[in-house]
Amino acid sequence: MAENKIIKSKFFFEEEEIEQLAEVSERKYRPWPNNDKLKVVGKGITRLDGYDKVSGSATYAFDVILPRMTFAKTLRCPHPHARIKSIDTSKAEKIKGVLGIITYLNAPKIKWYGNSFLFDPHLRYEGDEVACVAAVSEAIAEQALKAIKVEYELLPFVVDARKALKKDAPKLHKEGNVVRGKPSKYNRGDLQNGLKEADVVIEQTFNTQVEIHNPTEPHGSVVNWNGDHLTIWDSTQGVFRVRSQVAAALGLPESNVRVIKKYMGGGFGSKLEAGKYTVMAALLAKTIGRPVRIALDRREMNLAVGNRPDSFQTLKGAVTKDGRLTALYLKSIGSAGAYPAGTGCAWPLRSMYDCPNVSVEEYGVYINAGRARAFRAPGHVQGFFALEQLIDMLAEKVNMDPLEFRLQNYAHEEPNWHIPYTSKLLKQAYLVGAKSIGWEQRNKVAGSQSGPIKTGIGMSSQIWWGGGGPPAYANLKLNRDGSVQIIAGSQDLGTGTYTILAQVASEVLDIPVEKIEVILGDTDTAPYCGSSGGSTTAASVTPAVRDAAEQMMDKLYSAAMAQFDLPKNKIKYAKGKFSTVEPKPRVLTIGQLARKMGERVLETVGRREANPKGYAINSFGAQFAEVAVDTNTGKIKVQKIVAAYDIGRVLNRLTIDNQIHGGIIQGLGFALFEDRILDRNTGKMLNANFHDYKVPTIKDTPEIEIHIVSETDNRLSNTGVKGVGEPAMIPTPAAVANAVYNAIGKRITSLPLTPDKILMALQS
Amino acid sequence: MPNKKKPSSLSRRQFIKGVSTGVAGTIATTKLARALPIEKLEKAAPPEGHLPLELKVNGKPYQLYVEPQTTLVEVLRNELQLTGTKVSCNHGECGACTVLLDGKAVYSCHILALDAQGKSVTTIEGLLNGEELHPIQKAFIKKDGYQCGFCTPGQIMSTQALLLKNPNPTKEEILDGLSGNLCRCGAYPKIIESVEEAAKVK
Repeated sequence: MAENKIIKSKFFFEEEEIEQLAEVSERKYRPWPNNDKLKVVGKGITRLDGYDKVSGSATYAFDVILPRMTFAKTLRCPHPHARIKSIDTSKAEKIKGVLGIITYLNAPKIKWYGNSFLFDPHLRYEGDEVACVAAVSEAIAEQALKAIKVEYELLPFVVDARKALKKDAPKLHKEGNVVRGKPSKYNRGDLQNGLKEADVVIEQTFNTQVEIHNPTEPHGSVVNWNGDHLTIWDSTQGVFRVRSQVAAALGLPESNVRVIKKYMGGGFGSKLEAGKYTVMAALLAKTIGRPVRIALDRREMNLAVGNRPDSFQTLKGAVTKDGRLTALYLKSIGSAGAYPAGTGCAWPLRSMYDCPNVSVEEYGVYINAGRARAFRAPGHVQGFFALEQLIDMLAEKVNMDPLEFRLQNYAHEEPNWHIPYTSKLLKQAYLVGAKSIGWEQRNKVAGSQSGPIKTGIGMSSQIWWGGGGPPAYANLKLNRDGSVQIIAGSQDLGTGTYTILAQVASEVLDIPVEKIEVILGDTDTAPYCGSSGGSTTAASVTPAVRDAAEQMMDKLYSAAMAQFDLPKNKIKYAKGKFSTVEPKPRVLTIGQLARKMGERVLETVGRREANPKGYAINSFGAQFAEVAVDTNTGKIKVQKIVAAYDIGRVLNRLTIDNQIHGGIIQGLGFALFEDRILDRNTGKMLNANFHDYKVPTIKDTPEIEIHIVSETDNRLSNTGVKGVGEPAMIPTPAAVANAVYNAIGKRITSLPLTPDKILMALQS
Repeated sequence: MPNKKKPSSLSRRQFIKGVSTGVAGTIATTKLARALPIEKLEKAAPPEGHLPLELKVNGKPYQLYVEPQTTLVEVLRNELQLTGTKVSCNHGECGACTVLLDGKAVYSCHILALDAQGKSVTTIEGLLNGEELHPIQKAFIKKDGYQCGFCTPGQIMSTQALLLKNPNPTKEEILDGLSGNLCRCGAYPKIIESVEEAAKVK
């Protein structure tokens, strides 16, 4: 039997189902036992990259310094909608230290965002690229931007998706303001029948705001040409994707482009694609014959490199008086921004509960604002905010405990395709979480506490994919001294990938983690792995590492058999040593054995195996929030969050807890204060900085308790791992909103849950 | 040979003059050369519009000429190539650029290099003893007090400033001490544990 083969591989990456051919490993390994029987996997070992990060020696793209390096800055459109009438760069060119300027007049016409260009004289949002300048210092480049004279023809604009749908709204694109010209629809069963069957029907609208990723490391690249070969240090979540996009944009063979990312300062989805800035820098670098560094400033980060689109959702939920869901309906409108982007938020409603009749209509709408990008659980955070409040409302109407209602409508099989799950331990997560928060202590009647400070408890469920899949490769190299290198074209975003890959190899090879180096994020040296998104990295790459390590063990066994001249069953292996007692006791360490080999480096190539056929692969979880609402000020204090998850096997207890904390805290920012504010009169963003765009600080940290109810998902892969990055954020805003309702007896249906909304609701 | 001659201390008048020409953009358009190490300046007249700066960074004395508008972080990162100190907002809003100035935490993006005249600066690199980590740095590794790591140097420098002032902080004091340092990954619970660990070890 062949050990590898090529299959059709399908799995979810962010909100999209990806179908591609992939080479997979056909080797089957015995599933690992539960973590308590393992030596390294699951333990909270500290990070391999810890030294670099705490010492300041970690080199981010932002920190790369090359000889003769120059600095680029981008001139961005100050208007929400305009056309360039003329550009005069002559004054800027004369500034001493300015080396090159590109605009739509002199740059190649490179297609971008579908029907637009790298430089498009039709500017569709405040922040659209007008010109890029390279100079000997950033300060001079900035000065040159001010010296470029641009005459704009101002065009009518629209910055509200609901207004953009109106007939007389200004049009951003020829096709009109609806992305792809029509809504995306989904139906199962018969909505009308489901509504008729029900005893209670609730219709409710929910709105969520635009959230900006705002990773701490600015988007940026350092680019360096060597003839027709281009090296890019990029702050990216996907080195191979950047390579493909940049090579295509510049008309280069992919083999001439090298993308390197060792460290990157956060992405959250905003760094899943190549930036225009990288290509602009490469064009300038080519012209001036010197390396170029380009790094966006915080204002640009807020305007031009992505956001979580807003949502205007109308939901209908229908239920029988004994609490059985008969129909769910969603119409959603979301702002794609100025160029095509995904804005849907229907997956939660389609897949969380067992509901036979579901109908969905989703509109992505162009508005004159920065384009949306995937943001940590795209669609799901918005969708759950609406769905899980609707579920609580329905439960209340039929006098059921919200938790009991969720259990009653539990999906025992995947409701879209009617297939079983590889594993689903959501019920356990519900019960563990409820016990931990003290579910029984919540207000039986919402808002019934006396006194100005009212406390409440609420919950939300969560579903995500995160099972990953092929292709993903890992090379494993064993050196003559027994030290090991793992090389993979994946990325560590701060999630701990370096560390968990070493743990997997350490488990198989039975050698200490300290002997293992992990090399990621270099398209020239590493075998292919996908972008780090969709919570797929651990789930896709760790099985490939196990495959590589198991093959290395086979190889070492063969070497030991040859060296000892004995069959395999006469040789033992433990803790990095082969031993035998026949004909006399002999011991060889891995290193000693490797030194007997002519090859100074032994190498294996591991591959991710195929996902099991006929199964849905999802992660599940629930969060429970306890809040205190000050009814005098409208301020919400989130006191405690309990998170209970079914995410397969835990690889590292330290980093998984950290990831879940981070998701919850980002969820709290979205729930309580983060909000991109566009001025409807000028179409400009009013809070494009960290002072006015509020992200959580250390003082916003609630008490957090984490429970992992799963041991492993052995049906999924040889490591049984599912991703947790996105699941950690999904339920937080909904749990907080339901807790606020439990506290004050008023339902806040739009995010963020700011004090003014609380006070208004209390007065209504 | 390093220049032994001390640059004359900067008068307020000279400073304002420097700033105002900078603002007017006259030097900027003609002489906006980056600050140069003093050794090079010995051979040439100081560039017009530049002012002398003497400061100590991580215990070592430096003499430079800088433009008046140059910020401290620009000197640290661009001139001294101490890239451990990060810039994330460049507006004194996030704390990624936190360094110690005479033992106190400051946002180095928000302080003019000339305001550090004659003072002592400690950056993340300055906490190390050779390649040996400082106990605070070890505590951040032990307690996993980071994710992506970009804000980490700032978090650690704020911790150092806090513990220098208050070796046994309460949880509230830790939250106060670190409240000027944003971590977008939300590693705060582990950062709190790291500071507690560092206080215990010190």
